[in-house]
Formats: sequence, C-alpha cells, structure tokens
Amino acid sequence: MLAQGGEPLKKRMRMNQAIAAALHDEMAADDTVVCYGEDVAEAGGVFKTSQGLLEEFGPMRVRDTPISEMAILGSAVGAATAGLRPVVEIMFVEFFGVCLDQMVTQAAKLHYLTNGAVTVPMVARASVGAGRGFGATHSQTCETWFTATPGLKIVHVSNGASAYGLLRSAIRDDNPVVFLEPKSIYGTRSEVVLGEAGIVPLGQAATMRTGSDVTIVSLGQLVGAATEAADSLENDGISVELIDLQTLKPWDRNTVLASVARTQRAVIVEENPFSGGWGNDLSATIAAELFGELEAPVLRVTTPDVPVPFSRSLEFQYLPSASYIASQVAQLCQTGKTPEPWWSQFT
Amino acid sequence: MSIRNTTIGPEPLARREAVRADPVQRHRRMVEIRAAEERIREFHSSGQAWGTTHCADGQEAVAVGIAAAARPTDQVWIAHRVHGHGLALGCTLESVFAENLGRSTGSVGGIGGSFHLTETAVGLVHSFTIIGAQIAQAVGAAYAMQVQGKDDVCIAQFGDGAVNIGVFHEALNLAKIWNVPAVFVLENNQYAEFTRVDKMTPIEPLAKRGDAYDMPWAVVDGQDVEAVRLAMVDAIELARSGGGPTLLEMETYRYLGHSRSDLAAYRPEGEFDEWQSRDPITQSRNALLEAGLVTESELDAIDAEVASSIEAAAVAALAGPEPETSAMFNNVLAT
Ligand SMILES: Cc1ncc(C[n+]2csc(CCOP(=O)(O)OP(=O)(O)O)c2C)c(N)n1
Ligand SMILES: [Mg+2]
Repeated sequence: MLAQGGEPLKKRMRMNQAIAAALHDEMAADDTVVCYGEDVAEAGGVFKTSQGLLEEFGPMRVRDTPISEMAILGSAVGAATAGLRPVVEIMFVEFFGVCLDQMVTQAAKLHYLTNGAVTVPMVARASVGAGRGFGATHSQTCETWFTATPGLKIVHVSNGASAYGLLRSAIRDDNPVVFLEPKSIYGTRSEVVLGEAGIVPLGQAATMRTGSDVTIVSLGQLVGAATEAADSLENDGISVELIDLQTLKPWDRNTVLASVARTQRAVIVEENPFSGGWGNDLSATIAAELFGELEAPVLRVTTPDVPVPFSRSLEFQYLPSASYIASQVAQLCQTGKTPEPWWSQFT
Repeated sequence: MSIRNTTIGPEPLARREAVRADPVQRHRRMVEIRAAEERIREFHSSGQAWGTTHCADGQEAVAVGIAAAARPTDQVWIAHRVHGHGLALGCTLESVFAENLGRSTGSVGGIGGSFHLTETAVGLVHSFTIIGAQIAQAVGAAYAMQVQGKDDVCIAQFGDGAVNIGVFHEALNLAKIWNVPAVFVLENNQYAEFTRVDKMTPIEPLAKRGDAYDMPWAVVDGQDVEAVRLAMVDAIELARSGGGPTLLEMETYRYLGHSRSDLAAYRPEGEFDEWQSRDPITQSRNALLEAGLVTESELDAIDAEVASSIEAAAVAALAGPEPETSAMFNNVLAT
C-alpha cells in the first residue's frame, strides 16, 4: 500500500485499529486467511480489533463462535492443516487455560510428529496484561505458559506499528504463533506504517533508542514505562539503550547480546511474577555469554509473586512503573549490585 | 474445614433468613438489587470505581428465588454477573459496593473487584469469571457432601453462554453418574455478550440438554420469583434426599448491555419492551397486592426505605479505606 508519490502510507491510529488493518490487509492479500472467535464478526471484537472484516469479507471467512475455546483452537489447528491460515481470537489470554491442549500439545507438536508432513500455519491472538482493573483472572500475561513449549512462536506487541507489522508476519508464518496484545494500550494512538513497508519480521528485536551505560530489554506495555524511565535516566546522566524484544520466541539473541556487550549492564523489564519469568532465560544467556565482561549482575524488574490485585492503587503498585524502573536501573548503575525489589519489605 | 468463615457480624445470615421466610422480603430484596445496580453504575460513571462491572437488571427474580429456596449451609457457586446473586444470598450492600470500589471493606477485601464475591456464612463460595469453571467445582463439592455424609446441596449458577463450553458437558455427566446432590441453574438471559442465544445454540429449550445426561430438567419462568423459588425447592429436595442432580433453565432477560461499556444496540426492536412488560419487580408488586399481603403505601414505604439504605451503604462504602499495599501479599498461600 503506497501513498501517492510512492512513499509508504503512514497513518495515525489506535493499536486496535492497527490490528484490524493488519487482519484486513492479510485477508485481502491471501484468501486462505480466515478470522473467528467470540464476538469477532458482528460486533467487530470486544476490543474492536476486527471491525469491518465481516462487512468486507463475508461470513464464510469471518465468524462468531460460541463460548467454546477448545473448539475454536482445535478447529483452527485442523483448518490450518487443511490449507487455511486461521487467525483465531482467545479474548483474554487466561482463556487458553481451558484449551491449552490444542495449543501446546497439538498445534505445537503436529509438524514434528508428522515428520514434517503437516504444517500448522495459524495465529491465536489474545489480550494480555494488567492496568485495566479487570482483576486477577483477566490481567496476566501468561507468556510462560507458552515459552516452555518447543514448536510455538510467541509475539507480544508494544504499539500500533509493531502490532500491524508483526501480525502480518505471524499470519504468513508456517508455524503456530501465539500473538499477545496488551489490553491497556488498545486505545493508544501512534503512527503506523501500512502495507509491505510496515511488515515487521518475527524473531527480530527493535532497538528503540541507543545508549551506552545500560541496556534495558522489555516487551509489551512495559516498553512504554521503560521508555519513560530511559528519558528520566538520561536527565540524570545515565545513557540507556532500550530494546523491545517483540518476538519472545525465538528471541533475538544477537541484538540483545551485542547491545549488552557494549553497555556492560543489562536490565530486563518484564510483566510477569518474579519467579519463572522469561527474563530468567535472558539473564542466564547474558550471564553465560558475557561472563566476566559485565559491570553489574543482570537485573530483572518484574511484578511480585502474587496474583494481580484489583484495587487501583494496588494494581499500579503491582505493575512496574516508569519511576520504579528508573530507580532500579539507577541503583544498579551506581552500585554495581542488584537492588532489592520494592516488595522485599513485605515478603 | 476448608472454608474459613470470613463474615463479620450476623447481618448476612439475617438478610438471608429474611428472604427465605417472607414473600414481602423477597420483593424488597428485588427492589434493593435493582437500586443497588443503578448505584454501582454511578460509581463507575463518576470514576469512583474502575474496571468493568456486569449488571443483571431484569434478572432479580432468579437471584432471589434461588436464595429463598436454598439453606445457608447449601453451597452456591455463581458466575460473573454477581451483584444480584450476592445481595440475594445475604451479602451486605456495603460489602458489594466496597468491592466494586476496591476498598478493604469489600466482600473480598478490594483484592477481587467488581465480579468477585464470597460470603461463606450464607454458602456463597465465590463467583467465577472463567466461563463454566464453577460447574465442575460444584460437582466436586457435592461429591464432598456425599463422602462426609452431609445433606447439604451444591448449586451451580451459570449463563446461557456456558452451555457450549466443554466443562458443562463433562461436569453434568459426572454429576449424574455419581448421583451427586447438585442443582444446575442455567440462567438464560437471552444473550452472551453481544450475541443472541439462538445464534450459538441450535436447540430450544437449552435445558433439553439434560436428556443427554438422563438428568431431570425443567424450564422455569425466571420473571416470577415464586416460580423460581418453588422449582428450586423441588430440585434441592430431590438432591438432598439422594435423588441426584437437576438442570433448571430460568428464562429471563438482561435489560442492559453485557458490561459497563456495552449499550446493547444489537437487540431487535421491541424485544426489551416485551420483556419489560413482564418485569419481575412489577409482577411481584402486583402479586403481593392481589394476595392482600401488602398495601400500596407499604410497598411505597419499602421503596423509600431501600433508597435510603442504598445511600447509607454507598456513603459507608466510599468511606472505606483502600487496602494496604501489604494486602496483596496475603492469602497467596494458605498458612
Ligand atoms: C472461558 C471463557 N471464555 C470467554 C469469556 C468471556 N466472557 C465473559 S462473560 C461472557 C458471556 C457469558 O454469557 P452467559 O454465560 O450467557 O452469561 P451472562 O453474561 O449472560 O450472564 C463471555 C464470553 C470468559 N470469561 N471465559
Ligand atoms: Mg447470558
């Protein structure tokens, strides 16, 4: 899609509109792409991420389903093996809990178990994350349900442009992709490059800003908080390189390791409980690959090991804020030691 | 004992006994529920509460009928549309309001939010927000009654949307082959989110699904609180006496949208008016007058008393403190 004069078409839009645009453009480009899920078609999605698709592509390719996640995901696996590229919506990532078999045991292993004869080119999209007052059962990221499963790709987007570009790549990919969308930023407007020029490849991190003292690696909605933290750290004389991982599996080792090799300090900012988060994998890799070259141990900034609390003040205490990230990073840079997390006084 | 009594004071039990004992109190509770939900929406529209909330205006008779039929020792497992069921079962107005507001005086300490309620003294175990989860849990609790030789019954409430999730099938089949003392209450308010029930389920009535499990079933007028109560009494007595589970479909209607942000523009013209002409509160008002159980002026007095109790509870709830930061670390594990 080009604007007049051959320049790539850029548009300011909300993240949910960017997602709908990516679905639209892939459906227009490839008539094996189909979309379905609960209230996806007539209502255009509970988060308005599929608006206009039913009108444009009709009910053969855009469908509403009953509240039947096992059937949604299982049928997507089957449809993918039979020549379609289904994009299904699991409204909140927690709902994977009722159909996890189809994702981690079926979709993830079918290619392997058929000795490569069968491929499963499907995308399962879900909203994730805290910050909207949806409580403990609708506010997690659940990324680690999938990271421990070979055979899946995992994407977690941080803005409209990356949502557009990564979703188009995910649909074109021949593997099952879990595609995670932070619900707190569905309504956030930003500039999105549309068309082929806007496509973002899977497996590549985005360096959001360059710096020399410390590398922050983040993902999803916390890229926003990390950006704000980097601004304030810059004012305090700490130069931050910020990497948006974008794809969690496979994650971009080259970009991360090259950056940390330069800055010699790494901070991972992650929306997961401290125990068991994917940041542990990155930390272990960085520590092993750059053993002896770091000025400080790798620091993880995470949520505490508790379910997401509802009360507004508690929910925003639970989520790492920009000022908390900045103070953790500053302490790491100044002392060369990992600071205590805020909750150490409570546990 | 694996359920800890967290109730403060005797009020929930007294509120429950009132709706069990007296048809006028049942009417009054329905009036209270309607007014409470209106107040809850004000908390949200004014920005005092955050997140979302699911109201059940028009469905009051289902909630109150269940609460009137079950004993406080029977266990009730409800879905996400919580306010009416919670208040009917005995939760105080203040605890429901304060939970919506995220205050430490809320039903679960402000940790859960608008769709989480627990009141163990009246058998309300919890409300469940992943569709269908509670159906299987109620079967297990009913099995626990059998193992422990108790004669309490377990009631699972869920919506029309829940009949198409796998656990519905698994749980009802298990309940039947184990012959557990359970009652399954399928509250059919005609919509699941933005989608009409008949678009997603090709059978009518939904309760016919009971045949697949050789389980007794019935369709009940969910606009009539006494009809709901009597149907529940029968099903509960059957379960209590060892006769096994029943599936009851309560036919009702969700007056408003699915949740706070939904204006329900997808409904066919006239549908709302048709249901409103059989409004559960208006019908109960007329029935009580016809039976000579109350006078017009007594009914008006009830409306006024309810209105002032709502305001008092709102003031109390708004005065409740936010939970301490340390509260989020409580109860992650049992100690
Ligand atoms: C497993 C699962 N899938 C989807 C949802 C999202 N969701 C919440 S309420 C709802 C509609 C439920 O409809 P129904 O069962 O009829 O209950 P009602 O809302 O009408 O009371 C949906 C789809 C969920 N909470 N859990
Ligand atoms: Mg319903």
